[in-house]
Amino acid sequence: MNLFAPTPDNIARLRERYPRELKPHAWRRFKAALIVAGVIGLFAFGLYDFDFSPWRIASGLAALGRFVALMVPPSPEGHAAQFLKALGETVAIALLGTLTAAVLAFPFSLLAAKNVVKNPIVHFLARRVLDVVRSIDTLVLALIWIAVVGLGPFAGVLAIATSDFGALGKLFSETLEAAETNALEGVRAAGGRRADEIRFGVVPQALPVIVGQVLYFFESNTRSATIIGIVGAGGIGLELYEAIRTLEWRQVSFIVILILVAVAAIDFVSGKLRAAMG
Amino acid sequence: MPPLAPAGASSVIALPEERTTALKAKYARAGAAARLRRIALFAALVVAIGIAAHVAEIDPATFWRKLGGLTSYVDRIGRLDNGERVWTDPAEWFWGLRRWLRLLGETLLTSYVGTLWGAATAFLLCFVASAKTNGALALRFLAKRFLEFSRTVPSLVFALVFVVAFGLGPLPGVIAIAVHTAGALGKLFTEIVDNVDERPMEGVRASGGSLVNVIRFAVLPQVMSNFATYTLLRFEVNVREATVMGFVGAGGIGDEFLIAIRRFYYSDVSAILVLIIVTVFLIDFGSEQLRHRVLIDRRAS
Repeated sequence: MNLFAPTPDNIARLRERYPRELKPHAWRRFKAALIVAGVIGLFAFGLYDFDFSPWRIASGLAALGRFVALMVPPSPEGHAAQFLKALGETVAIALLGTLTAAVLAFPFSLLAAKNVVKNPIVHFLARRVLDVVRSIDTLVLALIWIAVVGLGPFAGVLAIATSDFGALGKLFSETLEAAETNALEGVRAAGGRRADEIRFGVVPQALPVIVGQVLYFFESNTRSATIIGIVGAGGIGLELYEAIRTLEWRQVSFIVILILVAVAAIDFVSGKLRAAMG
Repeated sequence: MPPLAPAGASSVIALPEERTTALKAKYARAGAAARLRRIALFAALVVAIGIAAHVAEIDPATFWRKLGGLTSYVDRIGRLDNGERVWTDPAEWFWGLRRWLRLLGETLLTSYVGTLWGAATAFLLCFVASAKTNGALALRFLAKRFLEFSRTVPSLVFALVFVVAFGLGPLPGVIAIAVHTAGALGKLFTEIVDNVDERPMEGVRASGGSLVNVIRFAVLPQVMSNFATYTLLRFEVNVREATVMGFVGAGGIGDEFLIAIRRFYYSDVSAILVLIIVTVFLIDFGSEQLRHRVLIDRRAS
């Protein structure tokens, strides 16, 4: 007889021998069931609140199917030059925005790093400033900058720069804090001042990581720069918005493919650059 | 013992002059190649910036001229219609609080439903996309390409198309967030499943378990806590994204904000901004607490 085969007999025997290990966890099960019920209940309430109905989904999907059918073959329909120029603008916005953000975020991240600024009040405040900036979506910032400097790519650059200032500032300060203290102590032992400690003991360790982060943000910003055009902050987004609004589906698919190719190309180049540095 | 350094100059021991010059020259030569490469990279960057600035129609002069607009704009959104500072009369500043809170609730619900829907889709697809749980190359390829596509297209672009297909309101926003989240989380989930320890899987298989048993008893216990933390992180991101869904007619607080900014209701702009920032802070804080609890639970078990 096989003592380990999962037959009812054997299971009963095991239950008898190990009652404590195999008793049902009534309370834990109840708690888990309660959480699952809450999660699903809120989900169901959301669907109800948003007028979700199988009929609406079906008709929406049917409309989507029609659009997709109208999208082939993708074609610029005579606007190729205009689209390419807008795409160039998008890449330019991403580049300038990321660089501006990096240049502004680096000195600020020094304030937010515990091992650089010893004063807890300063880095607490610096962190909160970064948190506030990060909690606002790029597109909201784009709208605000449009109100300040007017429509066009300039507002887009400023929006990306502001939004990344928050994200990069946080990342930079965390990178600085992760630096080993050995080098810093070495500089101090050789008679370096506080500024020397930071310049030669902390920054050289963080710099390669920071450059990698900036490149990575440039990649992801090419993606976010495609959408800030929707609110009028320059780039390919505006063309996409117009094409969708006027239901020019073949142009829509052409622009989407254009964006995907551009993003893939930039990912490739920046990946190579990051690998070359790492 | 004679002093090595000239007496009186310093008590620090120094090498003779001719030896330091020789060493310095060697050091300069060693650094020259690296410096040259750095200069070349920097020059390339400057050229790229120049081209980008030309394409984006930016020149430093307009930059400074327009930057002054920022302070005056911040000043204007900080004042009520009667010219007083906003904080002198909070009731007037937040006159639309009930309506804005309702819309913020809609935004939060949009991101909640969208995140859960997307995470559920990602959960199902990650087992199709991972080589550990799916041997069929063609299916795996299809699942991966689908995830890649829905991850690369921003959720707002999906929302633009879905608003046309499904009609105005939060529903297209929910679906747009769900699709993009499925792509973003699907990739992460797939990578987690790719990295699971295979020994428990072999154990379940050896005792006669089906593929579903393998996933349930060998894979899930290894990946669930990671899945949960990534989903919570994505929820934080989606709350921010859901605030702008209203810009394209997909529901929530965004629509109200767009109107306030386009029609120059200055104090409304600052009031809604404050509400958005506070909401995002609270959600991030709550989600962080939950994430820590998930991780601690895992360590305890």
